Amino acid sequence: MFGITMAASGDEFVAPGPNSFDFDAVPLFHLGGLAVTKPMVQLLLGALVVFVFFYAAARRATLVPGRLQFAGEAAYGMVRNSIGRDIIGSRDFLKFVPYLVTIFFFLLVNNAFASIPAIQFPTFSRASMAYALAALSWVIYNAVGIHKHGFIGYLKLQSVPSGVSPAMYPLLVPLEFFSNILVRPATLALRLFANMFAGHLLLILFSTGGLFLIEYGGVGYVAGPLAWVLAIAISFLELLVQFLQAYVFTLLNAMYISGALADEH
Amino acid sequence: MQNLILLSDTTEHTEGTEGGHAPENPLGFVPVEFVLSLVVFGLLLFLIWKFVAPRFEQTFAERTQAIEGGIAAAETKQAEADAKLAELEQRLSEARHEAARIREEAREQGAQIVAEMREQAQAESSRIVEHGKSQIEAERQQAVTSLRAEVGALATGLAGRIVGESLDDEARQSRVVERFLADLEAQDGATSGSVN
Repeated sequence: MFGITMAASGDEFVAPGPNSFDFDAVPLFHLGGLAVTKPMVQLLLGALVVFVFFYAAARRATLVPGRLQFAGEAAYGMVRNSIGRDIIGSRDFLKFVPYLVTIFFFLLVNNAFASIPAIQFPTFSRASMAYALAALSWVIYNAVGIHKHGFIGYLKLQSVPSGVSPAMYPLLVPLEFFSNILVRPATLALRLFANMFAGHLLLILFSTGGLFLIEYGGVGYVAGPLAWVLAIAISFLELLVQFLQAYVFTLLNAMYISGALADEH
Repeated sequence: MQNLILLSDTTEHTEGTEGGHAPENPLGFVPVEFVLSLVVFGLLLFLIWKFVAPRFEQTFAERTQAIEGGIAAAETKQAEADAKLAELEQRLSEARHEAARIREEAREQGAQIVAEMREQAQAESSRIVEHGKSQIEAERQQAVTSLRAEVGALATGLAGRIVGESLDDEARQSRVVERFLADLEAQDGATSGSVN
């Protein structure tokens, strides 16, 4: 019904799509021939926010913490203890804590950009940026495993399941290799990218759709505000997703590292 | 809001350059973004590694040590207090024993003193009684002696007067008196049973 009346109005609603995430055509500025787009600036801004917060919190760290230091310690300690120590184990976790802390808060801030007014774009809905972090994760956990077990030992650890009769090896070894070595970076990247992409798409759809309906008038005066209410609800859902995706990405990193460090199981 | 503007910009742009700028595949690989992500992340990782993590870890370690040190100090103090309490209790029980011992001694001494005093008093009393007895005896003896002499002189005088015979001779006089007294005593002894 809407379709018919809308078509009749002649003012076509342009649904948000991949175009909404394409900033190549609208660079913010040019830097020596390189078109600097909004997500790139966000990436830098996110890193800056994370560093400034932690540096300010840790700069004059004292035995009895002040407010800022307490907040910094709580944030750092959450990743350090509940992700790093609990997953990797108290023997090896300490040297991975900076990596896990960095990745969690870098992702958290960049994801949160989707909900921060005047920015309102999740940096990692740009797939290439998610690819980069996933690729780095892949390099790190494999390097950690190879460093500990040697190349052959590591391949054996990741590919040959224990407690299975050797008759099953021809079937299981390629599968394990596939899932542990090849698929992991892809799932890491796509999980992050797709969540951010879809969430942002939904938000655009409901807010621009609501605007369109109200401008259209008639039944749109009821449906438009309803769409905006839904947009607000989805915004809250997105806040949860933003945190969750940062957490899951970091947690999986810790689990992959822990798996690579594991003794023969 | 800005997003909406950006969105409309983008759409206008794509509409305007129809055919010129094909909408990119959202999964497509953009080398600039890939490299930039790695660089920015690497830089942030380095900064966190270098300036943040060591300070927090150091603070955590110091705090743990401070708390453990405090606990250790408290334990030492507690142990000291316990030792002191035990020592005081021991001293107290020693003092109690000492007091009991002294009391016991005093009681024994007291009893001994009382016994000695009693003994002394008894001795003294018996001595006094003895002394009195001997004095009485001596006085009696004296009385007997003087009585005998007097009675002798009186009897002799009386007898001399009666007999007319002088009994001046000492030896005879004494013999006569003795005999008389012996007779008297014999008589006295025979009648004493009825008299007394």
